Amino acid sequence: MAVDISGDIIEVENLEHSFGDVKAVDNISFTVRKGEIFSFLGPNGAGKSTVINILTTLLRLQKGTAKVAGYDVDKEPEKVRESIGIVFQELTLDRDMTVRETLEYHGRLYSMPKEERRRRTEELLRLVQLEGKGDTRTKYLSGGMKRRLEIARGLMTRPKVLFMDEPTIGLDPQTRIRIWEYLREINREGTTIFLTTHYMDEADQLSDRISIIDHGKIIITGRSWELKNKLGQDLIYLESSDNRAAAEMLRELGSVKEITEKPKGLVLMLSGDGTHLLPKLMEMLTERGIVITTVNLKKPSMDDVFVHYTGRELRDEGAEKMSSAIIRAGKR
Amino acid sequence: MKTGFLTIYWRDMLRFVRFRTLLFTSLVQPALWLAFFGVAMSNNFDRLTATLPTIPGVPTVGYLTFIGAGVIAMTTLFTSLFGGTVLLFDKNWGLMRETLSSPLPRIHIIIGIGLSGMTKSFIQATVIMLFGLLIGVRFFDGYTLSRTLISVLGIMLFVGVFSLGFLFLSGAIAISMESPEGMQAVITLLTMPFFFTSNALYPVESFPPLLRFLSTINPLTHLVSGIRYFAIGNNFSAIGIQYVYTPNDILVSFLSLLTFAAIMFLIARWRFSKVSVT
Ligand SMILES: Nc1ncnc2c1ncn2[C@@H]1O[C@H](COP(=O)(O)OP(=O)(O)OP(=O)(O)O)[C@@H](O)[C@H]1O
Ligand SMILES: [Mg+2]
Repeated sequence: MAVDISGDIIEVENLEHSFGDVKAVDNISFTVRKGEIFSFLGPNGAGKSTVINILTTLLRLQKGTAKVAGYDVDKEPEKVRESIGIVFQELTLDRDMTVRETLEYHGRLYSMPKEERRRRTEELLRLVQLEGKGDTRTKYLSGGMKRRLEIARGLMTRPKVLFMDEPTIGLDPQTRIRIWEYLREINREGTTIFLTTHYMDEADQLSDRISIIDHGKIIITGRSWELKNKLGQDLIYLESSDNRAAAEMLRELGSVKEITEKPKGLVLMLSGDGTHLLPKLMEMLTERGIVITTVNLKKPSMDDVFVHYTGRELRDEGAEKMSSAIIRAGKR
Repeated sequence: MKTGFLTIYWRDMLRFVRFRTLLFTSLVQPALWLAFFGVAMSNNFDRLTATLPTIPGVPTVGYLTFIGAGVIAMTTLFTSLFGGTVLLFDKNWGLMRETLSSPLPRIHIIIGIGLSGMTKSFIQATVIMLFGLLIGVRFFDGYTLSRTLISVLGIMLFVGVFSLGFLFLSGAIAISMESPEGMQAVITLLTMPFFFTSNALYPVESFPPLLRFLSTINPLTHLVSGIRYFAIGNNFSAIGIQYVYTPNDILVSFLSLLTFAAIMFLIARWRFSKVSVT
C-alpha cells in the first residue's frame, strides 16, 4: 500500500517545533531507510521525544514536513498510525489490567483477528520471558518486566516502523542485551526501527546509523565507525606539567589532526596509528622538560564522538572511565 | 475499525467487574438511598398527605413509589457524570497515548465509554427496581406481564439516552481537565443544579417561575417523567398533586433527551479532536 517501499521509510524535512518560547526541535531534516535501525543519540531535553511524538502523530506538526511509511503525518495521520508501533519513554500501562489483557487490548485496537492475537500474545510472552506472568496485573510486575511488556506490546502488530523512546531505560545489563537481540531479530524480519537513547553503547552496538542531536538540532549523522573515524584512528589523552606548551609543540606533528584542551589535560586526535607515535611523543615532551603525569591511548568511542561534537559529556560514566583509570593506575 | 468502540467498551467493563468494591458500592449505594431516605421521607410525607382528599378516579401512590423513579434517575446522573473519569486517568497515567496513537478513530473512544457507562446504568437501574419492589415501591402495579416488559424497555430507553448524554459530557470534561480533583469539583458543581431543579425528589409545581423553567429544560426532569410514565402510569396522584402524562409529553421528553445527548456528543467530539497527549 505504502508509496515508495524500497527507499526511505521516514522522511523529515525542516522540522521545527516549539513549546512556547522553547524551541524543542530546530530545523531538523533526516531520512531513515527501509530496514534500518536508526538512532537519535542525545542528552536530556535534546528534543528526541518531541520528534518521536510528531512522527507518531501525538503532537500536531507545526512546521516542516514529515512522512512515515510513505504517509504525511499531518495529512494522513490515520494511515501513519496503522503502520507504526511505539514504545513510549514513560510507562503507559493500565496498572489494573493483566499482562495478557494489555496485549489483547493492543491487538484489538489494531483490529488484529482473534486467532492471530492469541498466537502473537503467547509468542511475545515467550520472547520477553513473561510466560508465567500472563495473568498478573501489571502493577505487580517489576520495573524491568513492565518495560519488557511494553516492548512486547510495541511488537504485537508487526509494524512497518517501530518507534522506541529510550527502550532499555531502567533495565539490567542482561535484559538490555537480550532486548537488543530481539530488536535485531525483528529488524531482520523487516521492521524498521527508530530509537532514541542516551546510552552510547546502545546507539553504537544496535544501530546502522546514528544522529547525534543536541538543543533540537542534528549535529552529525553517520554509521558508528564513520563517526568514530572522523575523530581519527586513535586518541591520546595526556596530562602533563605544562599542557599549554605541550599542545603548542604537538600541533606541529603531522599525524596529529586536532588537539582539544580538557580541564586537566589534552586530547589528541591522530590520523595514523597511535602505538608508534606515543613513545616518540613522550620522548619529545620529556626532552623539552615537560613531565607527563598521565597518558592513555585508545580507539575513539561513541563517547568521544559525542563529546567532540556537542562539547559536553553525556552522563554515561561507564566502562570508558574505568579503563582509563586503570591505565592511569598502571602507569604509576 | 467499524467496531473499534467495542475494544474501549470491553476494557471499561473489564475494569468495572474487576474492582469488586467499586462494583459492589455502585450497586448498594442507590439501594441504600432508597432504603433510608425513601423510607424515612415516605413516612413523613405520607403522614402529612394522609389528610389530603384523594382525587376520585385517580390512583394515589405513596412517596416511596414517587421517589423510586427519582432515585433511579439520580443514580444514573451520578454514575454517568463520573463515567468519563477513566479517560482522565488514562490521560494522566499514559494509557491514552497508546490509544490515541493507534488506528482507532477517536470518535470510537467516546462511543465505547458511552456504551459501557450506559451498561452500568442499566445494571444499576435494574438493581434499584428489584430492590425497590422488595421494599414496597409500587412500580408496575396491576400491569400485565407484557405491559411490564414494555414499561421496563421504555424505562431503559430513557435511562440509556439520558446516560449517554451525561457520559459524553463527562468524557468531554475528562479529556479537557488536568487533575482528578479538578474534575471531581466540576462534576460536584454540575450535579447540584441538575439535581435541585428537577422533579426527582419533590414536585416542581410549586417552584417559582425561573426554577420552574429550569426544571423544564433539565434532562433529569425528562428522565424522571419518562420513568414515572412507564413505571406508575399516565395519571396518578402523589403528595396531593395529580400527574397526567400524555404520550405527547413523553415523546417531547424523549426527544429532549435525544437532543441533549446529540449536543453532548458533538461537544465531546470537538474536545477529542483537540486533545494532544505528550
Ligand atoms: N509538553 C511540553 N510542554 C512544554 N515543553 C516541553 C514539552 N515537551 C517537551 N518540552 C521541552 O522541549 C524540550 C525537548 O524535550 P524532549 O522531551 O523532546 O527531550 P528529550 O530529548 O526526549 O529528552 P530526554 O532524554 O530527557 O527524554 C525540553 O526543553 C522540554 O522541556
Ligand atoms: Mg525523551
